[in-house]
Amino acid sequence: MLKEGQVRIPSGCAISGIIDTKGNRFSGQEIIKSIDLMHERSNGLGGGFAAYGIYPQYKDLYALHIFYDNSEIKMKTESFLAEHFDIENAGNIPTRPVPGVVNKPLMWRYFVHPRTYMAREEFIDEDEFTARYLIRINKEYKGAYVFSSGKNMGAFKGVGYPGDIGRFFMLETYDAYMWTAHGRFPTNTPGWWGGAHPFTMLNWSVVHNGEISSYDANRRFVEMFGYKCTLQTDTEVITYLFDLLVRKHGMPIEKAIKVIVAPFWDDIERENKEIKIELKAMRTVYSSALINGPFSIILGYEKGMIALNDRIKLRSLVAARKDSKIYVASEESAIKIICNNPDKVWSPKGGEPVIALLEEGAQQ
Amino acid sequence: MSLNFDFPDFEVVRNEKNCNKCKVCVLECSNKVHFYDENKKTLNVNNSKCVNCHRCVVLCPLKALTIKKYPLEFKENSNWTSRAIKEIYKQSQRGEVLLSSMGTSNKFPVYWDKMLLNASQVTNPSIDPLREPMETKVIIGRKPEKLEFNSKGKLVTEIPPQVELNIPIMFSAMSYGSISKNAHEALARASSELGICYNTGEGGLNKDFYKYGKNTIVQVASGRFGVHKEYLNAGAAIEIKIGQGAKPGIGGHLPGRKVGKDVSSTRMIPIGSDAISPSPHHDIYSIEDLRQLIFSLKEVTEYKKPIFVKIAAVHNAPSIASGIVRAGADAIVVDGFRGGTGAAPTRVRDNVGIPIEFALAAIDQRLREEGIRNHISLLVSGTIRNSADIVKATALGADAVCIGTAALIALGCHMCQSCTTGKCNWGIATQEPDLVKRLNPDMMYKKLVNLILAWNNEIQEMLGGMGINAIDSLRGNRLMLRGIDLNEKELEILGLKYAGQ
Amino acid sequence: MKTIDASNMHYRDLNAVVDAESLKEKNLIIKNVYGQRYIGRGLSCGIKMSVYGVAGNDMASYMNGAELEVFGNAQDALGNTMNGGKVVVHGNAGDTLGYAMRGGQIYVEGNVGYRVGIHMKEYNDMKPIIVVGGKAGDFLGEYMAGGVILVLGLNLDKDEDIIGRFCATGMHGGVIYLREKQDPYKFGKEASKVKLEDSDISFLKKQIGVYSKEFNKDLKHININSFSKYLAINKNPYANMYCVY
Repeated sequence: MLKEGQVRIPSGCAISGIIDTKGNRFSGQEIIKSIDLMHERSNGLGGGFAAYGIYPQYKDLYALHIFYDNSEIKMKTESFLAEHFDIENAGNIPTRPVPGVVNKPLMWRYFVHPRTYMAREEFIDEDEFTARYLIRINKEYKGAYVFSSGKNMGAFKGVGYPGDIGRFFMLETYDAYMWTAHGRFPTNTPGWWGGAHPFTMLNWSVVHNGEISSYDANRRFVEMFGYKCTLQTDTEVITYLFDLLVRKHGMPIEKAIKVIVAPFWDDIERENKEIKIELKAMRTVYSSALINGPFSIILGYEKGMIALNDRIKLRSLVAARKDSKIYVASEESAIKIICNNPDKVWSPKGGEPVIALLEEGAQQ
Repeated sequence: MSLNFDFPDFEVVRNEKNCNKCKVCVLECSNKVHFYDENKKTLNVNNSKCVNCHRCVVLCPLKALTIKKYPLEFKENSNWTSRAIKEIYKQSQRGEVLLSSMGTSNKFPVYWDKMLLNASQVTNPSIDPLREPMETKVIIGRKPEKLEFNSKGKLVTEIPPQVELNIPIMFSAMSYGSISKNAHEALARASSELGICYNTGEGGLNKDFYKYGKNTIVQVASGRFGVHKEYLNAGAAIEIKIGQGAKPGIGGHLPGRKVGKDVSSTRMIPIGSDAISPSPHHDIYSIEDLRQLIFSLKEVTEYKKPIFVKIAAVHNAPSIASGIVRAGADAIVVDGFRGGTGAAPTRVRDNVGIPIEFALAAIDQRLREEGIRNHISLLVSGTIRNSADIVKATALGADAVCIGTAALIALGCHMCQSCTTGKCNWGIATQEPDLVKRLNPDMMYKKLVNLILAWNNEIQEMLGGMGINAIDSLRGNRLMLRGIDLNEKELEILGLKYAGQ
Repeated sequence: MKTIDASNMHYRDLNAVVDAESLKEKNLIIKNVYGQRYIGRGLSCGIKMSVYGVAGNDMASYMNGAELEVFGNAQDALGNTMNGGKVVVHGNAGDTLGYAMRGGQIYVEGNVGYRVGIHMKEYNDMKPIIVVGGKAGDFLGEYMAGGVILVLGLNLDKDEDIIGRFCATGMHGGVIYLREKQDPYKFGKEASKVKLEDSDISFLKKQIGVYSKEFNKDLKHININSFSKYLAINKNPYANMYCVY
């Protein structure tokens, strides 16, 4: 059977996300409970989490989480890493045995800093340098897979039900100001750890529900800008789209959202002249970045999270607020199980983002 | 040279029982196939003049006529077909170059028919186009690499001039001269009602049609007929015609007999003078010269009009296309070798160029590899026969398509492929006033509107089936296609997986 | 009266308990519901059930005459293909509420999501009714072929609209009543606004009465004449779209 990257595998899913907008950190227990409730929406072939604010002691270093098939490829990859990065710290990612979570690959964690002079020679910044070389590992080092590469954040994922994966990685021992989670329902896969979600790239993480129908249009568009969609999953291409728009093209995040879920031409026509010109330009220049088909996603980055679903709301998404915490999930019950009495619960409209960012001055 | 070996292609069969000798056939046939013998009171036919245009058959009130293939065959020989033999008879008669109209009649593979579309089942929903929004609007023109916003979030990037098409279809370039004024009027009015564009071809723009400028692409070809400042500023965009799929590397020739008063004033040449378009533009002998012409047109239109460049699909189309993007064009129009024409040397029409499907796939891929596909729009033509062809072209990577032959068929063309004679009984490819008036633009423009709207409905149904509600998401989305009856190489060029994969 | 605690129960177990209990007891209470699916599916006449918590997807699907009351919000596809009975939601409900509903009534105190009443239909004397107290999302009454949808638009903020876009697209039967006049651009081309008849006024009065009783709300201030009524223009809206080839 072919794994992710060798073939495109559609999948359905459950997603959940929590942020404390004041930057207070809390353990992974709640998010596990939330995603666990939506057991029906995954099939045990993938689960994962992204956590922000978990490595304050290394907050200026890129935290790399890497799966290895064997120690041989680990050595090769590490010598490539050492050529391009200063490795400040390295070690196993701690886990505990959990029934239902088996066949684990080698899992290593590195805190690194790019070799600054090398980035300068190529006239690129550190983010771009890091992204480029990590994309190279995923593309060229067969058996090695970088599944997390941001600062002060990390992804934890594997084959199994998401709750089990959370317990396996002992997420109750981490404190984060933001957690997102994913339970996967792939339609055919041998179950490869790298193929689980979230997909991450630098500080971006995406968890996603639904199968997008614009995949190849989006893929061929981002690949013009140096990305390589090695996994052939929707989540991967969505992450690259945001990275391209916001990081590489410097677009404000609200504008990027309007590209990804572009307003209908009819609705643009009803806007005033200035907005009309702007929206038309965005739809025209980035028409291939429109994501089509059913999806709900939670995009995480250092500033917070953004939950979003498609223009005609083909996937469900519920949001709630309680004090400084904002919750989003595929089902309302997955919020209520951890927050029984929210101040507000609402269902965002199709294409209407839930923007839940850290407050000004909140500690990251 | 008295003995002519040739014999008729068609036989007109009259059902005498049905015929009431109303003589409509005599009146309607510009080729004078039908004639009435006053003495014998009989209707007769001259089969050798029949081009099988169906005019008499369609208009016969009692449906007493049929036209058959002439029932004379040569002794069977797979190499020396009837056509091969008859061509030799023709050429040995007077030493002429064979000339043909419309697209090639040779049996080449039509790759559109070897691609199958996808549809959603379970993992994502199909979308119902009748009840949910389904967008087929496209914007044609150059696009900046990225958009920039100032610190207040206001857009600062300037957007180059573009053309908006409500439906991703344009009418191909067909000049006034090669087709009639009434045909042009029908195309112009339909475009205006549909929110799409038609194309003047290299015949200039008649004064009466300046009012449709918003829906007009004005063409600049090597003969520069009718090209002047007002003309260049009259349309929505300017197209530089380098070549045409039916006759790559060959110019055009409108015989003087078709240059009447009105064609003369539109083309700005004397009445009765031949209008000869040279094979190349004699100010373009290299790619940097193309840039010079593109920018001369931009200068004279104050950078308000997008400039399209139309080429025939030839072997190295991908690198030519790349050059065109870098020369500053806003859109590329690629015409495949099965495309139509008013007249082309038969040998060229049937032997030069490559299929549009391959050209499109290869150009789109090449421009993506160079990272410049998004800078321009890519339009294709050359046997777009129905809405499925358009959906497949879009999935291969086209922004929009141009249709010529299909539009003419909607106007009544019966594909007799005899445009060069100028005696088109349907009032399309003719300048004879009596024939031209047979095409009533008030009625016929509506047929074009009907056709395009029906196709748009079909495009929407297919998009919806794929779970897509904006055509933007189909462009270049080759995973929506699978190949059938194709070999590995063909799949590789088209960038497709095989059905079942 | 029998109370069932749904805590940590899988829907299959929960529904099996409900099936068993409903043979003995016609009044059931389910507590601590967190998203369990299919509650009340296919349940017949004579059974009354109160549900506390967040009712999961496909609640009251194929329901056949029972009465459900939800104290809390309901998730998606409430009343999916419901054949008869009554559901009262003291809260909000999600997307595709009443999908292909053929009979019975659903009353929602607050707001509902996208595609509510999609393809609801009527047959003989079966005529489904959906009453929404707050607002509805896009595609309300899409493909609607019969029955009634009534949206009251109560307690909305200034910037909230009573309906979204694409209301009544593909409508070819049934009636939609909306409080106040709505912008025409929000509607599909298959529906049109018509005048209120006397029979409409009495129907609206009756339904508003039911709503105010169920949710214990004083709605005397509502001006019945301010409702607008939408009907399908045509029972066969696409008759001219296809030709045989």
